[in-house]
Amino acid sequence: MMTDLNAMTIAEARDALRRGDVTSVELTEACLAAGAGASALNAVIHPTETLAREQAQAADARIKAGDAPAMCGIPLGIKDLFCTRGVPSQAASRILDGFTPEYESTVTQQLFDAGAVMLGKLNMDEFAMGSSNETSVYGNAVNPWRRSNDDAQLTPGGSSGGSAAAVAADLCLGATGTDTGGSIRQPAAFTGITGIKPTYGRCSRWGIVAFASSLDQAGPMTKSVRDAAIMLGAMCGHDPKDSTSADIPVPDFEAMLTGDIRGKVIGIPEEYRIDGMPAKIRDLWAEGTKMLKDAGAEIRDISLPHTQYALPAYYVIAPAEASSNLARYDGVRYGRRAHLAQGDGITEMYEKTRAEGFGPEVQRRVMVGTYVLSAGFYDAYYNRARKVRTLIKRDFDQAFAAGVDAILTPATPSAAFGLGEMTDADPVQMYLNDVFTVTVNLAGLPGISVPAGLDSCGLPLGLQLIGRPWEEGDLLNTAYALEQAAGFVAKPAKWW
Amino acid sequence: MSIDLETAARVAKLARIRVDDADLPGLAQEFNNILGFIEQLNEVDVTGVEPMTSVTPQRLKRRADLVTEGDQQLKVLSNAPDAREGFFAVPKVVE
Repeated sequence: MMTDLNAMTIAEARDALRRGDVTSVELTEACLAAGAGASALNAVIHPTETLAREQAQAADARIKAGDAPAMCGIPLGIKDLFCTRGVPSQAASRILDGFTPEYESTVTQQLFDAGAVMLGKLNMDEFAMGSSNETSVYGNAVNPWRRSNDDAQLTPGGSSGGSAAAVAADLCLGATGTDTGGSIRQPAAFTGITGIKPTYGRCSRWGIVAFASSLDQAGPMTKSVRDAAIMLGAMCGHDPKDSTSADIPVPDFEAMLTGDIRGKVIGIPEEYRIDGMPAKIRDLWAEGTKMLKDAGAEIRDISLPHTQYALPAYYVIAPAEASSNLARYDGVRYGRRAHLAQGDGITEMYEKTRAEGFGPEVQRRVMVGTYVLSAGFYDAYYNRARKVRTLIKRDFDQAFAAGVDAILTPATPSAAFGLGEMTDADPVQMYLNDVFTVTVNLAGLPGISVPAGLDSCGLPLGLQLIGRPWEEGDLLNTAYALEQAAGFVAKPAKWW
Repeated sequence: MSIDLETAARVAKLARIRVDDADLPGLAQEFNNILGFIEQLNEVDVTGVEPMTSVTPQRLKRRADLVTEGDQQLKVLSNAPDAREGFFAVPKVVE
């Protein structure tokens, strides 16, 4: 029996397209229909049907002509953080209301050059600041998964919450995400999908709305590890327009998926055994360790002693960079300007525009960043955090130098929580969501979240693998072995 | 380190975000919670450690100092809230 076209993986669709069993137009129509019927998830916030149909027709012609890269004809969702020419791109912020770029981000351009189809822009936390997709100007994205024992709406995670919800609910075959502290891996774990953040510098940041430039990386969010390998290959590569983009060859990631991990050394970091970790997550981590051992890997206990300081260092560095990056939203060159009173000058324009345009979490982070960079505090906060970052990276460097190939950890400290559940909590409580993922951004490493099991309420849980810099191929292969052993096939029951 | 109302107001001013006086106590409290969390960094011995400037040990590339995509005035101005005669327009800057 043929699965619904929108439920296909990228690899299945690619093979079916090449065999002529299906057209990109058919795949695209199936996804557009699925998206139109899923308004309850609030994942797709700027649909681009006309563009999608044009791109699908062009892809079909290209496939027919025998010139078909792997992503040709594959319908994707694009996170609203990516600037897309002629299509609203507002980073889920009110301050970019009406902004329609005259240019295309390098990552989306590369995907389009490979023949991919854009279905629309996807919901996210405002400026990618959040872990629950609750800071978006478009409203919350909703997780297609529900607990088995109640109908409460759950978060799809954040900041790439719309991307995660759209992939998990089969509204697209794959989606782009971005990850500054866990924004690909945490939502992937909350929705039972795969998400990889590559090494810093793998994907060009050009045309992606900047949050924290030394931490931001784009990556794919997909239904399988193979799909992540295929889509990542199309997204990354050197770009002269991003000075931090790495000028090194991009290997064929998919060809590296052998599933053979015999002799690989997998590190298990003791510092990730945090207090209060749910028993189910502890058990899943142990099961994942055993799966890799059974596949022939050597398991080694390791220590990453500065782990506990990663979150506080991140909450100095990321807001500091954000306060600088977001200074450009001044109501002059693009986006929204506040209505001014008679006699208001330029300072009132800045202050009113930014007060109206930024939501509370973005304002909070911009002001924290302003504070830690201000005269008298720069050394005490910002420079100290950058020194701690050096130590966090050194921990990983030492583990890899000792022969560790990859590190296995839980992806998140809990399963998806209810929308609104954290509203009254201290912002720091929300920040703790990123406790297992943020170290990877600070050290610039590749990290992947793989769905590995369900909790007692039937919600998906993910495991994270962390790899050596630039060795995404090897990391994806280890993730592939884990995926095969875990055999995660559950899908959310359709209620939307 | 504790943030008082005056400091909160000064930070808001520096960030060019208008904050009503009534909202300053709540803001100061949030800053204090976040900074309390950040204070943990003081436990780390960072003697002799260099602050990180680049996470990957690469030299930034240089390019020729040439105009590559110039002469696009209309495109540059197309998203401006207020543009006139080929310029961005803003309220009065000088009294």
